[in-house]
Order: sequence, then structure tokens, then C-alpha cells
Amino acid sequence: MLDTIIQQGFNALQLGSYYSLIALGYCLVYGVLLLINFAHGDIFMVGAYVAFFSATALLGQYGFIQPGIPGWVVLALTIPVTMLLTSGVGIFIERVAYKPLRLKGANRLYLVITALMMGIVLEYGNLAILGASRKSFPSLVPRVLIEVGGATVTSLKLAAIVVCFLVFGLLHWVVTRTKLGMAMRAVSYDKFAVPLMGIPLDIIIIFTFFLGSSMAGLAGLLYAMNFPVLDPFMGALVGWKAFIAAVVGGIGEIRGALVGGFLLAFLEVTVAATFSSELRDLISFSILLGILTWKPTGIFGKPRTTKI
Amino acid sequence: MLSVTNLQVKYGNTEALHGISFTVNQGEIVTLIGANGAGKTTTLLSIARLGPPEGPKIASGDIVYKGQSLLNVPPHEIVTKMRMALAPEGRHIFGNLTVEENLKLATFARQDTEQIATDYQRVYDLFPRLVERRKQRSESLSGGEQQMLAVGRALMTGSDFIMLDEPSMGLAPLLMYDMFRALKELNSQGMTLLLIEQNARIALQFAHRGYVLDTGAIVASGDAKELMNNPEVKKAYLGG
Repeated sequence: MLDTIIQQGFNALQLGSYYSLIALGYCLVYGVLLLINFAHGDIFMVGAYVAFFSATALLGQYGFIQPGIPGWVVLALTIPVTMLLTSGVGIFIERVAYKPLRLKGANRLYLVITALMMGIVLEYGNLAILGASRKSFPSLVPRVLIEVGGATVTSLKLAAIVVCFLVFGLLHWVVTRTKLGMAMRAVSYDKFAVPLMGIPLDIIIIFTFFLGSSMAGLAGLLYAMNFPVLDPFMGALVGWKAFIAAVVGGIGEIRGALVGGFLLAFLEVTVAATFSSELRDLISFSILLGILTWKPTGIFGKPRTTKI
Repeated sequence: MLSVTNLQVKYGNTEALHGISFTVNQGEIVTLIGANGAGKTTTLLSIARLGPPEGPKIASGDIVYKGQSLLNVPPHEIVTKMRMALAPEGRHIFGNLTVEENLKLATFARQDTEQIATDYQRVYDLFPRLVERRKQRSESLSGGEQQMLAVGRALMTGSDFIMLDEPSMGLAPLLMYDMFRALKELNSQGMTLLLIEQNARIALQFAHRGYVLDTGAIVASGDAKELMNNPEVKKAYLGG
């Protein structure tokens, strides 16, 4: 019994890690631009594909690199390449799709719709270029089984969890301790006054997309290593769920994104284990609905007050 | 030092300033007075180069500061390169940051560590209330303290030209005089100030020169004392 609980606990932690890493990106972009970046789930998918091509290229599948590089070296190179290229895609979308609308003072609704469309473009762009056949992610490092309290956990699963907390710690430090993080918080409160401090707004926005998209890319890589089958629509549902997790946690608060992601994962795993996996989403989302009814700003969210 | 010539400014298709001209010389306190909607805030937003969507669009005319036109300078460079700061209407402090963080943020692009330390000292000397509140979230400050923070933040940008949009707004009379005394003190240290006010009486009392703005046009100008005694100005802005 206990070993099952531990086993399921690890499953939930792992799932929560993906949700949280993606939710953090939603949260940052929302915090800074008040934009719900609905393309973000698909950035996660892009991350998985970037990781796939980077890893297979390094393994020598396309010929321009000689095969024979050890798996762990490939992994060590794939991580930064994936994060950088994926954030490049995120920033590109911001520059091409969102910035022009923002400069014209378009209503936020149009930005959200644009984000939704960008997501669809990414999904079907992928389908058009790579076709419908699924890609299977190469295994780069051997899966080691680790015994924890009678349950066995793969090293990859553990890695996903550890990485998520490390990244959160780093992000928390950036947001609370650095001038750039301070500027991000300032933008989220009052975008208008930021240039008056001599801060180029664009730099802060690009930095935000860089952080969010690189975390989504990292999540994509970790996900692909644990569930090595990729398809163009893999980001859609995960993205929606991560977004909901961010809202339930209190969107705009990075602690909220972390807690929301794990909360959702624990709900899902618990429901699937005690009832059935068909009821999983129905019951867990009903509970989240209840939480939002009780506290519409989310767990960590605060209603904003202004002084005249 | 600053000369605005024939500035014509629009929000969408509505013209808000119909070609105004004025100058500010180094070391002066100049005030623009006028009723609500006269175009005072628009003037400052134009100089600070805050454009659409929130700000106005310059249709014609020029703004020249220290011999350089500001028309193609992006708003953050107005602060970092031209060293002009704006304490905007409604204060716009970052309520989710502490008082200290608000001040620190204004030094974002600055490298001159020693001068920054001096500037902190200057702000805290000028507004001792802010020292006590250093670690507090700034949205918990009173209206007057928020106004001090807004002015302090403008100082922390390292500017020597500060534009102030209604620094007296929401302040009790005593605090209002404190604020203006602080501004006068800054001016005596060499700071040039461009000040807009609805409270024409106090503005003219502290300024060297003034311009009267009415529905997007300058209708009177001159020495502050002269304006104070100008019958038209008296009637319209000083309550008779």
C-alpha cells in the first residue's frame, strides 16, 4: 500500500513538474503583459521537437556530425540548444505577432485571439512540415531504476522533478533579487511608468519571453525523454492544463504557478488511482472550479488596490 | 535649454495642442498652469516622448533640448541620454515594490555607483518620511508619501531636468507646502524644473516664470509675479 502511494506520489511530482514549468511561462508573460499567451502550450511542443532534432543531429542521424558522441554529452548539449532555440521561437512570435498589435493599442482580446491563432499555426505548421507520423525520441542516457521506500523510480523521472525545483529556485532569485526581475515586477504593476525609469520596455518583454519559452523548452525536453513519442498536438492539452494550473495558483505570482501545477497533478493522479482514469479530468477540474469559486484570484493571487 | 516650438499634438484624430511654444532655461522653475483638459499633461507626455497607445502623437513642431531634437528619441533614452525625468500625473509608483526598490529601479541604467549613493542620500534628506518606510510595499504609503516617492524616483534617475505633473494633487495644504519647499530646495541645488499645476496660486508663488494654457493654446506668459497680478489670470485661475 505504502509503496503504491510513494509510486503515485512520484508520478504526480513528475507530472506536476511539467505543468509547473509550463505554467511559469504563462504566469510570467501574463504578469508582464497581461496577455494570456495561448501559444505557450505549443511552445512546449516546439521545445520537444527542437530537443528531438538537436539530439538526433548530435547522434549523427543526418550525417553532418559523425556518430559516436556519448549519450550524456549529447544530452548536455541538447539542454542549452533546446532552451535557446525554443526561446528564440517564443521571442520571434512576440516580435512578429504581439508587438505590432501592442503598439497599435489593440484591445487585449485581439492579442489573446492572436495567441490562440499562433498556437494553431505552430501545430499545423509542424504537421505540414514534418507530416503526421510521430517521432520517437532517442534514449540518450540509460534509465536507472532507483528504489525509494519500496517503490521504484526511474532516474529520468527524478531528474524532471529535481530540474523543476532548481529552475523555480533560479527563477525566484531572478524575479526577487535582480534588477531585471525588479523591472519585470514593475512592468506587471504599471507598464506606463517603466520607460520613465530609463528602462527600455522592449528589453524587459523580450527577457520575459526568453525565460518563459526556455522553461517550456526544457519541459518539452524532459517530457520527451520520459514519454518518448512526439506529435504536433502534444502541447495542446498539457498547455491548457498548465494554464488552468497557473490561474488556480494565482496568475502573475510565480509561487502560484508552481503550487497550481503540482496541485493539479496530485488531483489527477489521486483521482485516477482511486476512481478511474476516465473520471480523472472531470473530477480534478471540478475541484479546481470549486477553488476558483472560493477564491477567484487564485491561491496566491491578490486583488489589486489603488490609492487616489 | 528646452525649447518647444509650434508643437501640435494629437490623440487619434483629436488635436490636443494647437501649436504651442515655450522655453525653459537652465536653473529655472517654469510652470504651466491651466484648467483640466487644457493640455498640460499632454505637453509633458510629449516631451517625455511617451507615444501611442497611452500618449499623444506629435503632428508637427519640434522639441529641442540642449540643441538636440527629441522627436526621434525613445522614451527610455530621454531619461538615460538626455537626463530628463518625469514624475507623472497620478504618481504611477510601483505599488508591488518596496520604497527602496522603487528608488533602486530608477537607477536601472546607471553605472555611476558613487553618484547613486549621493542621490539616495539626497532623496532621504529631502523626504525623511521615506527613510522610515524604506522596506514597506509602496502601495501602503499615504498619498503624500507616494508623491514624495514619485519625486524621489525622478531624482534617482540622475536627471538634472525634472518635469512634475501636479505634485500637489491629493496633498493636504501643509504637505503641499512641504513638497514645494522641497522642490525649491532642489532648484537651489541647480535642478531645472518644469512644473504643471491646477493650483495656480502655489505654482506661481514658487516658480520663476509661467505659461497659461487654455484648451491647447498658450494664452498668457511671463514672469510669475506678473502673471499673478494679471487681471485675466487672476479672474480665471486665482479665484478673482
